Amino acid sequence: MAKYLLKRVLLALVTIWAVATITFVLMNMVPGGPFLSEKAISPAATAALEAKYGLDKPFSERYITYLKDACHGDFGLSLKQRGRTVTSIITTKFPVSARVGGVAVLVSLLLGVPLGVVAAYKRGTAVDSTLSVLATLGIAVPSFVICTVLMYFFGVKLGWLPTLGLTTPKHYIMPVFALAAYPTSYITRLMRSSMLDVLGQDYMRTARAKGLSQKVSLFKHALRNAILPVITYLGPMIAYTLVGSFIVEKIFTIPGLGGEFIKAINGRDYTMIMGTTIFLAVFMVIMLLIVDIIYTIVDPRIKLK
Amino acid sequence: MAENTKNEKILVDIQHERLSFFTPAGEVKALNDVSFKMKEGEVLGIVGESGSGKSVTAYSLMGLTAYPGRLIGGTIDFNGHRINDMTEAEFREIRGNEVSIIFQDPMTSLNPVYTVGNQIEEVIKLHTDKNKEEARARAIELLTLVGINEPEKRLKQYPHELSGGMRQRVMIAIALACEPKLLIADEPTTALDVTIQAQILELMMELREKLGMAIIMITHDLGIVASMCEKIAVMYAGRIVEYGTTDDIFYNPKHEYTKGLIKSIPRLDAKDHERLVPIEGTPVDMLNPPAGCPFAPRCDSCMKICLREMPPVTYFNDVHYTQCWLNQKAEAEAAAKAGKEEADE
Repeated sequence: MAKYLLKRVLLALVTIWAVATITFVLMNMVPGGPFLSEKAISPAATAALEAKYGLDKPFSERYITYLKDACHGDFGLSLKQRGRTVTSIITTKFPVSARVGGVAVLVSLLLGVPLGVVAAYKRGTAVDSTLSVLATLGIAVPSFVICTVLMYFFGVKLGWLPTLGLTTPKHYIMPVFALAAYPTSYITRLMRSSMLDVLGQDYMRTARAKGLSQKVSLFKHALRNAILPVITYLGPMIAYTLVGSFIVEKIFTIPGLGGEFIKAINGRDYTMIMGTTIFLAVFMVIMLLIVDIIYTIVDPRIKLK
Repeated sequence: MAENTKNEKILVDIQHERLSFFTPAGEVKALNDVSFKMKEGEVLGIVGESGSGKSVTAYSLMGLTAYPGRLIGGTIDFNGHRINDMTEAEFREIRGNEVSIIFQDPMTSLNPVYTVGNQIEEVIKLHTDKNKEEARARAIELLTLVGINEPEKRLKQYPHELSGGMRQRVMIAIALACEPKLLIADEPTTALDVTIQAQILELMMELREKLGMAIIMITHDLGIVASMCEKIAVMYAGRIVEYGTTDDIFYNPKHEYTKGLIKSIPRLDAKDHERLVPIEGTPVDMLNPPAGCPFAPRCDSCMKICLREMPPVTYFNDVHYTQCWLNQKAEAEAAAKAGKEEADE
């Protein structure tokens, strides 16, 4: 196990390096730059700015300097948000996104798993088809539509829920719903199909033959076998959901990290692009490792070697 | 001890059971008028080919008939319960408690993600008042009973860490946990290799001597029923075509299907290049069963009436009976002959 973990950590470092390199190369191939804007800036000023951030240096030198600094934990200054380091932006914005995202992850798990189990157990009935329609809707309808529809009805027409910011628990309801709609639906479908597989297994017949109740055989014997695909999906899903969604954060004016990804790319904020990308990559790699470890706990047949 | 339990009390009484699966393609008549009785402690073998209704008969005793199957006629009595009227909750009371089952494939019949101990103790805790420690002690006792060494260690192991024979022993331990009156063994050795098969069968017989439960042995291996069972029911197309003691069936088979089955057993004293004698043809389509005897299309001695009408039951002694026109004919001829002799005199 320890050997496996060491191997995984080394591999993770390689992955992160590859992500960083590819991002760095692509970013430099994209036309434009951080100091181009509609307002004309004098060439001298641009040159001065570029010199300040080291953008006048050749590509290879910048790449090596960046990697060296990054290894020391220095991701540089944001090129657009004056005077702020990339690290400080990420550390102030990430918790905001993570709070909304975390609730969304919980909601999608707590709803998706039982709904999937019920749909599988009641396969072919009205309950199953209703859930199936809802799940398809949740996957197919884009989040900006969900956001605006929610906002229109519950925010404007009914006036039940606040539409801006994140100050009270009530503020969480709509963004969480918008964020959780897709993963909930996806988990429901995953759970349903893997549960159907498991329900046909011989050991489920054994459970019935023992005299166990439906509840025990479903939630003890079937669930633990059927949940593996959901755990696989959960790794990347948690990573993506916790770093925030540009659309949902934009619509509900949540000061989270999701918006920063898009803002950084649009503004050619090179250091921010690198920072957010590496952050997501690290997060993702950690989540995948955790998923692998959870696998071995849920299914004793899986051994990490 | 075994003699004491072998009293005359009837444990299973199935009368005219009819069971159908209502599929989108139509009604599949899986069981057509199945009747038999079992005494306490008796070992009954049910033989027949795939789809003949062996398992369906046994499962219906436990209320384990798979959807979309439904009991549509007859009565089933087991250990003082009228199975027909029982609710799911009532079935849960007797399953694993008064009647247990061992399945064919021990590789897939145990849940891979729970330890052996967990799966044995579960059924003990469900049906008895034993607490955790007592259930564990009982589990160790059971594993010792089914001949598993180092039971304490095995309890903490997962099914995939055990061999096939060992897993089947665990299944038997689970089945016997609450000392059932009836053990249903649904081809318990089909998935095991031959030496292990013999061990498992020996174990089952040994346990029956000790615990005195009745056993229904479902198999298509005539060798197994010959050595284990007291009574044999031969099933074909959802009917018991012949029923009798083991001696009746092996030394005095009356139905052409039974005869075919016995003929098709490979013989040790066979000459070189001697071929096996198979029963030609394929099983009937249960969606559209023929009007007459279901075996008629494959029967070498098929007569006109066989295709038209289902033969009535012919009894040869108290237990041995068959459903075959040939025997009716033999009887009729015998009766006619007797009548003629009488007239001649």
